[in-house]
Amino acid sequence: MLPRLTALATALMLAGTVHAGDRIKVGFVSTLSGPGAGLGVDIRDGFNLAMKQLNGKLGGLPAEVLIADDQQSPDIAKQAADKFLKKDKVDFMTGIVFSNIMLAVGPTVFENKTFYISANAGPSQYAGEQCNPFFFNVAWQNDNLHEAVGKIVQDKGYKNVVIVTPNYPGGKDAVSGFKRYYKGKVAEEVYTKLGQLDYAAELAQIRSLKPDALFFFLPGGMGINFVKQFVSAGLSRDTQLFAPGFSADEDVIKAVGSSMMGMFNSSHWAHDMDNAENKRFVADFQKEYNRLPSLYASQGYDAALMMDGAVRDVKGKVEDKAALQKALEAKRFKSVRGDFKFNTNHYPVQNYYLRAIGKDAQGRVTNKTMGTIFTNHADAYVAQCKMK
Amino acid sequence: MTQLLLEQALNGLQFGLMLFLLAAGLTLVFGIMDCINLAHGSLYMVGAYFVAAATQAADSFWIGLGVGVAGAALLGLLLELSLFRQLYKRDHLSQVLATFALILIANEAVRVIWGAQPVMLNPPDALAGPVEFSLLGDTFFYPAYRLVIIAFGIGVAGLLYLLVAKTRVGMWVRAGASNREMTEALGINVQALFTAVFVFGTALCALAGGLLGPLLAVQVGMGESVLILAFVVIIIGGIGSIRGALVGSLIVGSVDTLGRALLPTLLRALLPADAASTLGPALASILIYLLMAGILFFKPQGLFPARA
Repeated sequence: MLPRLTALATALMLAGTVHAGDRIKVGFVSTLSGPGAGLGVDIRDGFNLAMKQLNGKLGGLPAEVLIADDQQSPDIAKQAADKFLKKDKVDFMTGIVFSNIMLAVGPTVFENKTFYISANAGPSQYAGEQCNPFFFNVAWQNDNLHEAVGKIVQDKGYKNVVIVTPNYPGGKDAVSGFKRYYKGKVAEEVYTKLGQLDYAAELAQIRSLKPDALFFFLPGGMGINFVKQFVSAGLSRDTQLFAPGFSADEDVIKAVGSSMMGMFNSSHWAHDMDNAENKRFVADFQKEYNRLPSLYASQGYDAALMMDGAVRDVKGKVEDKAALQKALEAKRFKSVRGDFKFNTNHYPVQNYYLRAIGKDAQGRVTNKTMGTIFTNHADAYVAQCKMK
Repeated sequence: MTQLLLEQALNGLQFGLMLFLLAAGLTLVFGIMDCINLAHGSLYMVGAYFVAAATQAADSFWIGLGVGVAGAALLGLLLELSLFRQLYKRDHLSQVLATFALILIANEAVRVIWGAQPVMLNPPDALAGPVEFSLLGDTFFYPAYRLVIIAFGIGVAGLLYLLVAKTRVGMWVRAGASNREMTEALGINVQALFTAVFVFGTALCALAGGLLGPLLAVQVGMGESVLILAFVVIIIGGIGSIRGALVGSLIVGSVDTLGRALLPTLLRALLPADAASTLGPALASILIYLLMAGILFFKPQGLFPARA
């Protein structure tokens, strides 16, 4: 009796979420205040730009984007996501910046059978054993950009490296990604508090270790402060800085300025990439927001396009979860980074590029693409994923 | 090695002196007026925002610092006249409630005026690089701006010492801290004294906010984390004592800096790398609270109690 009742209840619940095929709702939870706000704001602006180009529609249906600020707190993010899922009954969720928040919110979203299109956080857990049919990452797996930096530091022949990262899941992924391709000596792994803003003690320690290269992964305000303090401590004379694209994109460059010139970083996207989609994106973004887009903005933009393509593919029948999953897996959109595919764990298989910060033709300090580090690169966890 | 120790010592000193600017005002308000001011951190935040705004308007950090601190002091004066004056006679619970409300109001107001994203404040260009100096035949580097902060901190500490120990007003302040009724009975205008002390405390924490702005980030909520540290300082030092606040600040500043720098390395020698990397940062961040508990165990009134 009981299983039948449960089945009935489930059927009733599902019936409740069925749409009249009229409206698509997207729940956007992101970090929009505090030191990590720059990231969330860029994802949101990229997402909104795509919505504007699509005339406020996803797959031809009118769409509504509900936005909430998680203040970089897993608890607040969970509350906001609960409201979007249970009260507003959204069809898609997206927006989360930080992996610790993603891991806190994920279970509720999956339980609710709602598709999460990650425009940033790509924790190793969801790429491997805990991979889930309802989780897609349109950006990268956390390790990937760090792997690319590891490869380039190894190839350029650096022998003595210090690693700096915050003490949280994304930071641990960074270290394992970097060390997967860098085989030289790691003089020290420095773990800082997430959200730390004063790095005086760590910089003194780095000075005493005399590394020839320093790899740091400090997203948002943390990276801005770290680079500023690194330069003002005079460490940039003897130590070459390397970072994943997160810590060396337009948000950081704008705040730090010309002292970042000469720094190397890795990315799956760059604003100077030569394809029609990207040219349109960069030009429209600058017109709309009066600044250059960052990789976060490109990811938010791609997330909206991905939803648009999938909804169009299922002809608006988003309640058919199996069909929608197939459509999402098929990647029915043209990304601004050029072509890529989804792996079986719903993470991208794509190219990674080397960028260097310098002055462009217009005299702006910005990133310039220098070459390709990896071609069609997959993440290291896909083998552990048994996708149901 | 010498460079490392010297640099960490300077870092600890810099952090400690900035804590002192915050704790000095807090300990006076708490010690003399017996008023718990949770909004002290908010005044620090508002001070930093004022300095950032004034710096942008004047295009000069030093003018911005002066104008911003003066603006914050004026705000302190208005607050004392309108709100805090009513709170002195109430019990601690009402004070906590009222000043907690102030924190919420200040955070929301700042969010409305300056937005949720941090405001950028840069040090003057001349101080953006490191200073090079030689000592015992070695060359040392230290960020110029941090040296300026240290100089400010030492200057203010010296000024406070002269003010409290050598002037008549300072004598009143000390008298007020050790026995308020007796001070009033001796015919001292305690109300005016309270106003002056409160405004002075506000100016000091706004100065700390303005000086730290270029190093950290001027953002909503920056006052709360530092307020907790300031309370730790005045509890270690003894409530109401300027000398206690100075010693407490320097202890907390050095212990926090050295803990962050040395603990992870120390633990790595004792534990497997994975456990050490998890435990090290966690232990470093609770070190000062362990220290506070230890000091309170032996000296429940703090190191230099004002009402000894």
